[in-house]
Amino acid sequence: MNERSFRPSTPTDYGSDFHDSRSTNLIGRHNLRTRIRLCLLALSALLMLACSGESPGGSTSPTTPAISPTTAGSTSPTTPASPAAAGGELTVYAAASLTQAFEEIATGFEADNPGTTVVYNFAGSQQLAQQIVQGAPADVFASANDKQMGVARDGGKIEPDAAREFVRNRLVVVVPKSNPAGLKELKDLAKPGIKLVLAAPEVPAGQYSVAMLDAAGDPTYGADWKKRVTANVVSYEENVRVVLSKASLGEADAGVVYESDAAGAKGVGRIVIPESLNQVASYPIAPVSGSERAEAARRFVEYVLSEKGQATLEQYGFIPVGR
Amino acid sequence: MVASSPSEGDTRAFGVRRLVALRLRRVHWWKIALVLSSLPMLLFLTVPLVALGLRISPSRVLSNLFTTPVAQAISLSLSTTAITVVLSVVAGTPVAYLLARGSFRGNALLDTLVDLPMVLPPSVAGIALLVAFGRVGLVGSRLDDVGVSIAFTQVAVVLAQTFVAAPFYIKAAAAGLANVDRELEQAAALDGAGGLQVFRYVTAPLAWTAMFGGAVMTWARALGEFGATIIFAGNLPGRTQTMPLAIYLGFEIELDVALTLAAILLAASFSVLILVKGILRQRVRML
Repeated sequence: MNERSFRPSTPTDYGSDFHDSRSTNLIGRHNLRTRIRLCLLALSALLMLACSGESPGGSTSPTTPAISPTTAGSTSPTTPASPAAAGGELTVYAAASLTQAFEEIATGFEADNPGTTVVYNFAGSQQLAQQIVQGAPADVFASANDKQMGVARDGGKIEPDAAREFVRNRLVVVVPKSNPAGLKELKDLAKPGIKLVLAAPEVPAGQYSVAMLDAAGDPTYGADWKKRVTANVVSYEENVRVVLSKASLGEADAGVVYESDAAGAKGVGRIVIPESLNQVASYPIAPVSGSERAEAARRFVEYVLSEKGQATLEQYGFIPVGR
Repeated sequence: MVASSPSEGDTRAFGVRRLVALRLRRVHWWKIALVLSSLPMLLFLTVPLVALGLRISPSRVLSNLFTTPVAQAISLSLSTTAITVVLSVVAGTPVAYLLARGSFRGNALLDTLVDLPMVLPPSVAGIALLVAFGRVGLVGSRLDDVGVSIAFTQVAVVLAQTFVAAPFYIKAAAAGLANVDRELEQAAALDGAGGLQVFRYVTAPLAWTAMFGGAVMTWARALGEFGATIIFAGNLPGRTQTMPLAIYLGFEIELDVALTLAAILLAASFSVLILVKGILRQRVRML
């Protein structure tokens, strides 16, 4: 009775867990130090993880469409011999903006070259160039600008005269379908308070965007136009595709992307940039020197430059070369 | 015992000595084997860090330290992670207490919920945060109606870090709280201490080491946070570009900036860990 009378006065119910807590205490007490040490060990391992940093930018998407031998045989008149040299995997490092067009080009190329499978690594050109210079196993490099092709060339990974322009691209302003900021023309990018997303200056698309803003500012829209536009920038994305995503999600009021990005995108409206102010992006492609699949690499470059390849690229909003 | 003859004692002592020697030798071999078998992992963990340290000279780090992009990223990382740790401790301690003491039906569910952000890829966390707190998100759209916008701000950086890192504190604190002897708390309660007083004067001092360790873990994870931040908060130097973001983008164009920040992150993390270990060891001795 005496003992029981204490119980109700305590607000928490200790009774039910009493034995449990006691047994954990026995373990806990003796091992407290070991536990803390273990904790810290785990902690330091974790920290190393944190320091190493993840890199979600470079997405590798191997394309493995089924090859039907019947259609393949009939459409490869130029390459009748040496099927052994054509076999295997061809690794193509391509600018992120080429993603959709190159997926289709792979299907066409594989049909023309039975036994060869194209494997892509799509990412920002600057990242690809770095990876290639560091010795990544690329067979072909398709860059979104000459600068990054130059990085790979200076790194000794591309022969001096190997790079050829294979496609062009222009910039366009994209807005969410609902167009929350009510933007109508390029000039409106300076409208105070809008949320503008650009590609980072580290990325070719970002460099072209800056050049476009420079060209459009003085004298067309006034000296401080670029400054006001830059003040509206809420984020510099590390990949031009992310700019498109943020615009189509409605998180940004506007973004500047390539025509080819906007062409295949649902959920965005486009604001055309006047021809005289726009920038023409020139894409070079080249086989990577020292590749074990040099012959297949050369053939891939040929295919991209062929009528078929160019038609595919045009279909995805690119401007074919020679026009 | 004392009465035994000297010769008898000698033989016994000799036997014991031999036994000890045998055992020592066995321990010795065991230790060598242990060290040898842990070498590959230790080397694997050390070599990249050493390589990073060797790649850039300390004087270079120092001279880069005061350039704008580096200084901006560091100060942003320090301020946001500090807020994250405070938020995690203030809002996470009740959750930890609930986890440690709760014997209610949803306990396993709560535990799993807290585990989830630790196992999710940070990019998933970033997208989830964007569709929740983004301008057109579930909660964000309502906030936007009243003029509050979170995405692309430092608030977004802190939210991303807290989402990913707070569970580390909560789990560690819960484990520490569960270890506190309830009889002590009961005794304090019987002596008339209120719930808060019991926590302040009994529970917290006993669970202090675990809670502190957890907070440091949260800080470390927040400092390294990348995926959720770049998706949810974006990347704007001086506003949302934390050290990991600057390292990632710097790697692509200004390798020097990336190496400087990486070296600083490494040095800072290392020294904080050593410091914390020292403090904890002293505390444990005092207990």
